[in-house]
Amino acid sequence: MPSLKDIMETMDYGPAPESNSDVVAWLRGHAGGIGHFIDGAFIGAEGASTEVVNPATDEVIAKIALAGKAEVDAAVKAARKAFVKWSALSGHERAKYLYAIARQVQKRERFLAVLETMDNGKTIRETRDIDVPLVARHFYHHAGWAELVETEFEGFAPVGVCGQVIPWNFPLLMLAWKIAPALAAGNTVVLKPADLTPLTAQAFAEICVEVGLPNGVVNIVQGGANTGALLTGHPDVDKVAFTGSTEVGRSIRKQIAGSGKKLSLELGGKSPFIVFEDADLDAAVEGVVDAIWFNQGEVCCAGSRILVQEGIAQSFFAKLDARLAKLRIGDPLDKTMDIGALVSHKQLGRINALIAEGIAQGASLHRAETQVPSRGSFCAPGFFTGTEPAHTVSQVEIFGPIATTATFRTPSEAITLANDTRYGLAASIWSQTIDRAIEVAAKVKAGVVWINATNLFDAGAAFGGYRESGFGREGAREGLFEYLKPGLKAGKERLAAPTDMSVAPFTGKSDTPDIDVTSKLYIGGKQTRADAGQSYTVVGKNGATGQAALGSRKDIRNAVEAAAKATGWSNVTGHNRAQVLYFFAENLAQRRDEFIEVLKAAGSKEAKAEVETAIRRAFWYAAQADKFDGAVHSTKSRHITMAIHEPWGVLGIVCPDEAPLLALVSLMLPAIAMGNRAVVIASQSQPLVATKLYQVLETSDVPAGVVNIITGESLGLAKTLAEHDEVAALWYCGTAEGTKMVELASCGNLKAVWSDQGRLRDWFDPKVGQGAEYLRHATQVKTIWLPYGE
Amino acid sequence: MAHEFPRVVGTAFTPEWFETKRVNLSAAERRAEQITTRRSVKKDYQAAWLLKAITCIDLTTLAGDDTEGRVKRLCAKARNPVRPDLLEALGIDGIQTGAVCVYPTMVPHAVKALEGSGIPVASVATGFPAGLTPLPLRLAEITYAVEHGAKEIDIVITREHVLTGNWKALYDEIAQMREACGDAHLKAILATGDLQTLSNVYKASMVAMQAGSDFIKTSTGKESVNATLPVSLTMIRALRDFKDLTGQMVGFKPAGGLSQAKHALAWQILMKEELGNRWLENDLFRIGASSLLGDIERQLEHHVTGRYSASNRHALA
Repeated sequence: MPSLKDIMETMDYGPAPESNSDVVAWLRGHAGGIGHFIDGAFIGAEGASTEVVNPATDEVIAKIALAGKAEVDAAVKAARKAFVKWSALSGHERAKYLYAIARQVQKRERFLAVLETMDNGKTIRETRDIDVPLVARHFYHHAGWAELVETEFEGFAPVGVCGQVIPWNFPLLMLAWKIAPALAAGNTVVLKPADLTPLTAQAFAEICVEVGLPNGVVNIVQGGANTGALLTGHPDVDKVAFTGSTEVGRSIRKQIAGSGKKLSLELGGKSPFIVFEDADLDAAVEGVVDAIWFNQGEVCCAGSRILVQEGIAQSFFAKLDARLAKLRIGDPLDKTMDIGALVSHKQLGRINALIAEGIAQGASLHRAETQVPSRGSFCAPGFFTGTEPAHTVSQVEIFGPIATTATFRTPSEAITLANDTRYGLAASIWSQTIDRAIEVAAKVKAGVVWINATNLFDAGAAFGGYRESGFGREGAREGLFEYLKPGLKAGKERLAAPTDMSVAPFTGKSDTPDIDVTSKLYIGGKQTRADAGQSYTVVGKNGATGQAALGSRKDIRNAVEAAAKATGWSNVTGHNRAQVLYFFAENLAQRRDEFIEVLKAAGSKEAKAEVETAIRRAFWYAAQADKFDGAVHSTKSRHITMAIHEPWGVLGIVCPDEAPLLALVSLMLPAIAMGNRAVVIASQSQPLVATKLYQVLETSDVPAGVVNIITGESLGLAKTLAEHDEVAALWYCGTAEGTKMVELASCGNLKAVWSDQGRLRDWFDPKVGQGAEYLRHATQVKTIWLPYGE
Repeated sequence: MAHEFPRVVGTAFTPEWFETKRVNLSAAERRAEQITTRRSVKKDYQAAWLLKAITCIDLTTLAGDDTEGRVKRLCAKARNPVRPDLLEALGIDGIQTGAVCVYPTMVPHAVKALEGSGIPVASVATGFPAGLTPLPLRLAEITYAVEHGAKEIDIVITREHVLTGNWKALYDEIAQMREACGDAHLKAILATGDLQTLSNVYKASMVAMQAGSDFIKTSTGKESVNATLPVSLTMIRALRDFKDLTGQMVGFKPAGGLSQAKHALAWQILMKEELGNRWLENDLFRIGASSLLGDIERQLEHHVTGRYSASNRHALA
């Protein structure tokens, strides 16, 4: 022990350990093993078999059981049973429980922080100042939603039993993000924590007991990937929520395709951290500390790709080098540490392999010259220079405290580089010029954008990704929708309409007009013949009404290409789009008789009503075009937190067989009203009304490529559309079997799929056939954080 | 401990070093907030750091009712800032504060009272605290204080020059003050509470250093907002940039509102993290304070005895 005199010379920090004796005593109490929390009881501890290691010391601190089918079944059954009463409680009653949980988390804040640090390896500073306060905040915020859900979400109902699988990087916080909104909305849950970090979930279960939460409302099953798959695939789970790797997210999407389960995914990222020459560089350096050197870099939204304007790159890198030298790595329970231990040695090995690959590909590693502890899975932080977009480390998520860097010359190049990724979770923009910062925020493809900040979180701000970073949002009003469903009675099953797709001459009864009508495809504002040069005969109630082009893969390709190019539509004002939609209504009205005739010939019994409703719908969506416009959320003081509704981009629409005009219009209009460019697959059996519609689109100033209409064999075309990586979202109104097919096919780029699960919709009923639900599905929410003050 | 280094000479007026500088307030606040949550000093280390802080205190009285007697009492405290029995228990031979800081007319009393101690007398000057007396009078005030034995002069800048962006005027004024100081060290008080924005703070810091300030200091203690961590962070980043650009080492003095031991620790951590250990020595770091010492003494006694202390157990400053 140095003398005070010595310390006055060295001015070292000295040890500042947080006491863990209470947690150690708690762990001793669980030495027999930790089991599951099912129906209000702690069970299965005796079967505990997997060791839980403190990654900072390599010591085994607990043992957990691995839930098998019996345990998962029991948990889901308990949740199902509890759902009846829990969902019937008034919002106020549920609010009282959520409030109690929030309070209890605060009363146990230090205990939970220490336990989390010992389980995960992250520093006590972070668990104490970030994780646990955010957990309490999340339950408070959602106690509020529980209170308000009946009035604020009128017409919605809870989904049912939620199966939730969470990762190891923010164990308790991710639990809160999952459980709080689910419970607030009236659902019950079965949650599976990561097997590497199961302990705070156990403590949370004990808090549920402590506050007297009714049995079965929250159930926790411990286990690894197999348990997770049993849970997500369980037939009685109505909603699956997953946070974790894109790879596992994809496998869950596949696993539950066609099951009708509601799904939200919060997956990986490779988020850009963009530093402009007019940034406060010292502030941006601290931003990097809070981005990639936060939580050991084990953060899905970490700013892991640092993009720096070329003129200031060298000085910025020098500042990063200097800052690295000041970082302290070591015992995460020590209050003076910036960086603790990675979650496991396996993770360390993975990161080391990626670092080696980065170096092998020619990048230079800048690293803190620090002695990492000899035991525990510690990883010295650093960053690469000389990384090119083509390098592996620039593309894959390292999930460790190592960033890549690249330089850019202009704001537009920064945006291009920022968006050059499959992911789209977050972005951090550093510039003191507001015009520039907001332009980049608008153009970057990311669900969360921080301006002159990074990794800001609040229960009142939605979090979630674009692209392969997943879909669905957590937090705020937007996040509640993931745990609610429209309270409508499901329609009858939609059966496949048998259509003769024969391309051979048709010799049966004919009901065609006296002058032949040419029905083509509508791609990029042009009427084009099917690529394969084939047509099939459309048969109405009195025989063949004409021929429709038989679209193929290549026509889908061409249509998507045209839609992808029509970016102007997404950037014009809502007012511009409204004008086009009104004009569309006007032109449709002028030709209403023609459309009534076509529909009658197709066999419609309500042809007039169908046309009139379609016209009315165009008015409704024209009205909405400049009104469905996002929100400003209340988060931190002096931080404007904007929730912006952005179009997906290219949206695929597969129309049902029924109501061939009204269904198409009901799907197409909200999509384009919100700025999407649509590729529409028309009713397979009655496509001629759709091909007539393109004449109306043409006369209504709908720009080329904004709506593309393909006719043909619906299922095959839908598959190509669902598989297409340029298509960002897909609406599917077909059979149950088709729904499963498109959900499977959507896995490639993890596009969001909205379907009616093969159930008929009453397109004529405005409660079903139109509404905010359509607009919500036509947009994705981008949350932009803009701190202000000088 | 403290090593000699060349005195600051300043540079020519170089507006391109600061003109376009913009400091982000929210980011500065976040960093400032983390200074005390990312680091902590406990037990012996805390005691040692607090003792170190005492050596950096400019023990100050700047009141209209200051008298010779009041100044003598303060100087006695500067010589013996901690009760001898406590120092003995802590294993420390004897320490004294960094300086004593008074008004110009109190300088002779302070010089006399500190004779032989080696403790420098610092004097505020230049129409403290508003600094709006005519420049010749302000310069004469410096000369007066120096002639009466002040080794350090805490000048105040003309805030108008900052608020109107008249950086050259600010530079010229401080350069003349520096000249008037002669061998006495110049501490430029920026009165940051009046400057409002952190960008202004950065720019004023840079101009003051270019004009040859040995120290830059936050506040007179008379503005409505005194030394804050975000302001201090901005000033020491300017100071770091100045060192990178010129190799010259400028000192930093937060003043006003630092009344508790934990404030001293926070600023020490800030200095260590942003600048390094060298800036924890009193030739580059001073804390302008009057009541801080009393709180540090109580903390030290608590460290020795394990009991919380009371102020009447420690000699009055």
